[in-house]
Amino acid sequence: MIVNQQIALDHGLKKDEYKKICVLLKRIPNITELGIFSAMWNEHCSYKSSRLHLKNLPTKGENVIQGPGENAGVIDIGDDDAIVFKIESHNHPSFIEPYQGAATGVGGIMRDIFTMGARPIANLNSLHFGSPEHKKTKNLLRGVVHGIGGYGNCMGVPTIAGQTSFDESYNGNILVNAMTLGLVKKNKIFYSKAAGLEKPVIYVGSKTGRDGIHGASMASSAFDDRIEEKKPTVQVGDPFTEKLLLEACLELMTGDSIIAIQDMGAAGLTSSSIEMASKGKLGIEINLNKVPCRESNMTPYEIMLSESQERMLIVLENGKEDLAKKIFDKWNLDFAVIGKTTNSKKIELYFNKEKVADIPVDTLVENSPMYDRKWEKTKLPKKIKINKKQFKDLKVTNILNKILSNHNVCSKERIWQQYDHTVMGDTIQKPGGDSGVVRVHGTNKAVAASVDSSAIYCWSHPLSGGKQIVCESWRNLISVGAKPIAITNCLNFGSPEKQENMGEFVECVQGLGEASKFLNFPVVSGNVSFYNQTKNIGIKPTPVIGGVGLIKNYKNMITMDLKQNGNVLFVVGKTEGHLDQSLFAREILNEKNGPPPEINLFNEKNNGETILKLIDKKLIKSAHDVSLGGIITAVCKMCIKGKKGVTLKKPNYLINQFEYLFGEDQGRYIIEIEIANIKNVTEILENNSVHFDELGIINENELIIDNKSKVTIDELSKSHTSWLTNYMSK
Amino acid sequence: MNSTVITFPGSNCDRDIDVALKKFGFKNKMIWHDDIELPKSDLVVLPGGFSYGDYLRCGSIASKSKIMKSVIDFAKSGGKVMGICNGFQILVETGLLPGVLLRNKYLEFVCKNVFVKINNKNNSYFKSFKKDILELHIAHNEGNYFCTKEQSKEIADNDQIALYYSDKDGKIDKDNNPNGSLKNIAGIFNKEKNILGMMPHPERMIDPALSGEDGSIFFKNLITDLK
Repeated sequence: MIVNQQIALDHGLKKDEYKKICVLLKRIPNITELGIFSAMWNEHCSYKSSRLHLKNLPTKGENVIQGPGENAGVIDIGDDDAIVFKIESHNHPSFIEPYQGAATGVGGIMRDIFTMGARPIANLNSLHFGSPEHKKTKNLLRGVVHGIGGYGNCMGVPTIAGQTSFDESYNGNILVNAMTLGLVKKNKIFYSKAAGLEKPVIYVGSKTGRDGIHGASMASSAFDDRIEEKKPTVQVGDPFTEKLLLEACLELMTGDSIIAIQDMGAAGLTSSSIEMASKGKLGIEINLNKVPCRESNMTPYEIMLSESQERMLIVLENGKEDLAKKIFDKWNLDFAVIGKTTNSKKIELYFNKEKVADIPVDTLVENSPMYDRKWEKTKLPKKIKINKKQFKDLKVTNILNKILSNHNVCSKERIWQQYDHTVMGDTIQKPGGDSGVVRVHGTNKAVAASVDSSAIYCWSHPLSGGKQIVCESWRNLISVGAKPIAITNCLNFGSPEKQENMGEFVECVQGLGEASKFLNFPVVSGNVSFYNQTKNIGIKPTPVIGGVGLIKNYKNMITMDLKQNGNVLFVVGKTEGHLDQSLFAREILNEKNGPPPEINLFNEKNNGETILKLIDKKLIKSAHDVSLGGIITAVCKMCIKGKKGVTLKKPNYLINQFEYLFGEDQGRYIIEIEIANIKNVTEILENNSVHFDELGIINENELIIDNKSKVTIDELSKSHTSWLTNYMSK
Repeated sequence: MNSTVITFPGSNCDRDIDVALKKFGFKNKMIWHDDIELPKSDLVVLPGGFSYGDYLRCGSIASKSKIMKSVIDFAKSGGKVMGICNGFQILVETGLLPGVLLRNKYLEFVCKNVFVKINNKNNSYFKSFKKDILELHIAHNEGNYFCTKEQSKEIADNDQIALYYSDKDGKIDKDNNPNGSLKNIAGIFNKEKNILGMMPHPERMIDPALSGEDGSIFFKNLITDLK
């Protein structure tokens, strides 16, 4: 087949991109080469629309060992231990085929982690579905949850936290983001940079099939009516093989055989071989006849673009082939020497003794397109004047039951019960808390992790929204007593070719960068997912942040369940009563306009650090950050978890009751204190100039809001759990 | 006390049970499924996980692996063999224990704390147990125990039911059955009571910082009673 412009366009390349390829090669590429270019230059692999903006993110810090650019980020947690972590999207495949899409998303991210020598110790996920009433939602939800469980459970890695939310903007494009944390010794981290000439290039893992060809290209375009036709581009996962691959790789990694290792993820053998060569400034020569294939008569084009799962590419030290082969034989995995490193700085592929591709590596990587896309700035919406007269007809307890059973607030236990969250025996905080927490096996340390997003805020004002999620992640870590260390991000947006969507991306990233810089909470890894749209309708901008923090002594971990009758609750941080874009305004008042709450980074940092001081001094019995649904929703969750009630106090300043209870001002925490410690806590808060209000006292089993409104915790608990149980049972 | 844990390809609770056995005083050895000889053991444990990816049927391929010949011989000569979760499924597939483990009634994987009531203490696993009810953890997709009417009568007649799912006060009913298992069965013995298969994971409850500590009671008792 002779390549022409039309074939290039069919591969998702643009006219001028095709022209550029011909110029760089000084000839017309053959079909295999064109396939390789299209895979390397698509949005998913090349970050061509996002690179320019991502480089402004803060990526360095005293605990950062490895920032973006590797398979995952690495942070130092002391005593020679390091945590490797990353989040990644698998949105498009999950919408087409929810079980396999979600499963291979989990498999892919775990491979990124153990490629670096780390044993995965925790999984998290962030899921966004369309409106619960939409005809596709329930099946997608079921399929995705089964897929995540099917893969993660089999691997024996606990799923310790996550979020599931619903919004009509995801009706035609759901989001499935998966995150994994791994543990490694600092001196045993493996990288993807090839080094040395004439070193054997090894293929291990599953055989290569025709599945997933052009998966990465599919993830780089919008959906249309012919979505069913794209099913073959979804990969099929086999967690059993991945478990064997994990054990085999870690076994080989105990020695010194490996020079570089890279998993075959998006764009399979193409991107893995090119990344290794590019980082090592080397060439790689591959004999495609040596690649273990599952199907007969596979062409070089298919072999290079297959996204079959559970495969790795390794550059070995000379003479270590037999030792390595023995290990992979033991685990019943394919092992083949398929090529070698060269000094040509080219990717040279042979098939049936013919050269089928000859491409300089730099044309694929350094010379890949980069765009400065046009984008639109979003103005801060005007504050809406809510008519407070309408509050007179509202009954707080009714609203509360409504909010607790709202699909974005309600308990997600029915979901996380389907994930093994206790395997490995170190999960000390299960899903449903502010962060999931696992111990570092055999030590007193523990690692906390949380995933967060606030699409409503980001949609209303991307700059504020971008800041807010970083702060929310920070608060969720602090609420369990962890010192926040670093974040990973998964940036889910619509089409970068639309100015409005590109603007959302640019400003969210800007906000995210500002907050992470101020909080000294750097970004060490991440992933961008554009084209989350069907036809012309894009999703709400949904950057997802995965935060990781350290608890030095796991015995000092904090949970949110109320502990003791008679203890006092404080709300730390100032409550102004910001209702615009709050759950109360949107769901109860049906008011969808106005700006999101303001972020004050100074207060955020100061409040958080002071809470950590209090935890350090063992002055806090339970803690929970205030987010969606305001103070009252946060209090209810603490009551439900601890099976205790609270008698609320009136605020000692003038503020409308609804604004006080349901406002979503940022930077706030609710903390439980023993009466004997009130003086001590008050002093520390005052000395650090942290605003706080006394919120109430813990009682047996009732939430008492004022003389007229009280409700039992049992009733609240029912409201909180019944929605999802009913939804998933029918 | 010497214990042996068998690791199959796809086992994933092998480390957890190793940690638990050692914590409570066992000298534990890990043995690979492809090995032939079983070391001298007072207890052999088949751990949880997804041996052979649960292909064909859970536990069926593992039941035919090399080491299992020795395990079966050991069990038939009266040796103590315990299977947890996937280990239970393997024991059922070898025929050492009666019945089968079907998919959970609601067709969903379930991971949560449950209460189990000990039904029979007249054996070396629960002999000196002071408590009747334990809070343990389950995590499985196929824990729905089922057997024929004849088998059901036989295991009842021989007092082979080890554990029932119950509430915290020991009430055994449908509301406290997490997977639809026959009679709320969570674990059974063979006729001679030297082989125990159970779905709950005591090894996940051996530390107050984890979900609970009733697993500790289980292992402390186990090492005393096996002596």
